[in-house]
Amino acid sequence: MTSAGKKKAAKNDEETWDLRLYVAGQTPKSIAAIANLKKFCTEHLGDRYTIEIVDVARNPKLARRDQIVAIPTLVRALPSPIRKIIGDLSSTERVLVSFDIRRQLP
Amino acid sequence: MSKRSPTVAVAAGLEKCPTGIKGLDEITKGGFPRGRPTLICGAAGCGKTLFGIEFLVRGAQDYGEPGVFVAFEEQPHELAQNVHSLGFDLRRLERQKKLFIEYVHVERSEIAETGEYDLEGLFLRLGDAIDTVKARRIVLDTLETLFAGLPNEAILRGELRRLFRWLKDRGVTAVITAERGEGQLTRQGLEEYVSDCVILLDHRLYDQVATRRLRVVKYRGTSHGTNEYPFLIDENGIDVLPITSVELAHVVSTERVSTGVPDLDVMLHGGPFRGSSILVSGTAGSGKSSIAAHMVHAACERGEKSLYFAYEESPQQIVRNMRSIGVDLGKYLRSGRLQCLAVRPTTYGLEMHLAAIHKAVRDHRPRLVVIDPITNFFTIANPAEVKTMLMRLVDFLKSQHITALFTSLTGGGKAMEATDAGVSSLIDTWILLRELEANGERNRALYVLKSRGSAHSHQVREFLLTRKGIQLVEPYVGPEGVLIGSARIAQQARQGKPSGKRQPASQAGVGR
Repeated sequence: MTSAGKKKAAKNDEETWDLRLYVAGQTPKSIAAIANLKKFCTEHLGDRYTIEIVDVARNPKLARRDQIVAIPTLVRALPSPIRKIIGDLSSTERVLVSFDIRRQLP
Repeated sequence: MSKRSPTVAVAAGLEKCPTGIKGLDEITKGGFPRGRPTLICGAAGCGKTLFGIEFLVRGAQDYGEPGVFVAFEEQPHELAQNVHSLGFDLRRLERQKKLFIEYVHVERSEIAETGEYDLEGLFLRLGDAIDTVKARRIVLDTLETLFAGLPNEAILRGELRRLFRWLKDRGVTAVITAERGEGQLTRQGLEEYVSDCVILLDHRLYDQVATRRLRVVKYRGTSHGTNEYPFLIDENGIDVLPITSVELAHVVSTERVSTGVPDLDVMLHGGPFRGSSILVSGTAGSGKSSIAAHMVHAACERGEKSLYFAYEESPQQIVRNMRSIGVDLGKYLRSGRLQCLAVRPTTYGLEMHLAAIHKAVRDHRPRLVVIDPITNFFTIANPAEVKTMLMRLVDFLKSQHITALFTSLTGGGKAMEATDAGVSSLIDTWILLRELEANGERNRALYVLKSRGSAHSHQVREFLLTRKGIQLVEPYVGPEGVLIGSARIAQQARQGKPSGKRQPASQAGVGR
């Protein structure tokens, strides 16, 4: 890993993650996504995160804020850059890759 | 535009949703299938988005049907700017709650995928947009953008299928635009999903002249025009011209209209029929435009609107020249009763000329149309094409019951009758002007070669352009033969007869 990559990862370690999970009602996919996200956060982010679960079935207008098309969508608002992961988050490995976390956090 | 009933019921029971786009409802016999999706496809820049926008704007303004525009490509403010020049005020319609613009943007670089998902977010947003304005119409421009933004094509295709079903369930009339693909209508094969009505737009160059065209590829459960129809985009939006759809079934009239030259009316036993086609052919400077001007002037005097297509002279030039023979077109031009459209033939292609004539006729609603001269079309297309175009033009004008006068310049060397033989079959009344050269002078002569459905004079008449207009002089017929010009005057002087209608030499022979 390059030194820049290390720096970035280190920065990620210190920052609080601001996550928003968009779901639509209590569908199996939504329930799976919520469970998978909680598991991921506990395992990899410790206590440096906030999760907002947005049910767009209840208020569709909220889907416009983050240009949500697919459900479920996880949006990482912070740290920047903004990242979106669509799907039920069943593969922790892919979440790590797309959030640019290349090593397992303690 | 007048308000029509929002629904056009068709015998087959398929309900249609009028688009309000000029000409398109004629071709589709009433509009798009109501409550079903219609696919509009074409290459970039062929006007897909505009069709969508106009469909919504007309719906909101003329048919009381609010609409939703789902913009996958352009930002709402860009869209509003782009169509403002066409007279569409999207912002105002939005304020009036007649239009909702939903901007859907999917940025592939931000998105990763893990596990199962669906497009419920999109559905909910569309549903909310439809509910907000109580939309009856929706345009998805361009749905295929999702293929670039979302990684899993299998899921996407399944969801699109669900989307079209959902749109039908919601009862909205939908328009989906799509890019033209290689070997198929759309790049992503959307025609599989939208199979009720497919419209193809085309913008192609032919002989370095661009023409926009539209074709209804498919329309389930209804008959429709199958040709390619040219369309124009101008400051009033889109204009599709169903010009190839004319049939030989027009109503004919027995009413005579004056040519504005009393002597010529006599030769034609009262003048040409209303709604007939007249060809005036002759060599350069033989007075073709002068006859046209007389006819236009007479029509305007009667209070009838006229349309003059000048392919050689500017309107001001025509007014000035005609004033010199005592025909004042200026006042009618100013009052708007006469409209003169001057354009070089090479400005655009034949099809576009025809389209432009159609549009002008529809806007101006004239009783008389002059095309001066048709000869110039031969510089931009081959004779067969020009003939076809003129045939369509004649048919169109006849169907509208409009009298048409064409002028044609014939070359000096050729036999005049032969030159125009190609178009003569389209013409009801054919007037020939020629210059007769004898005894060291040139005299203009006029005769009627044919006049369908009417008796006409077969005499060759001497044709004079005077300060008081055109005069046709009875030729001298006597033992010396048929004499015209100075020979006639001399003969008449010898016999002590007055020189008829002939003007003093100083006044005669004013240039055309």
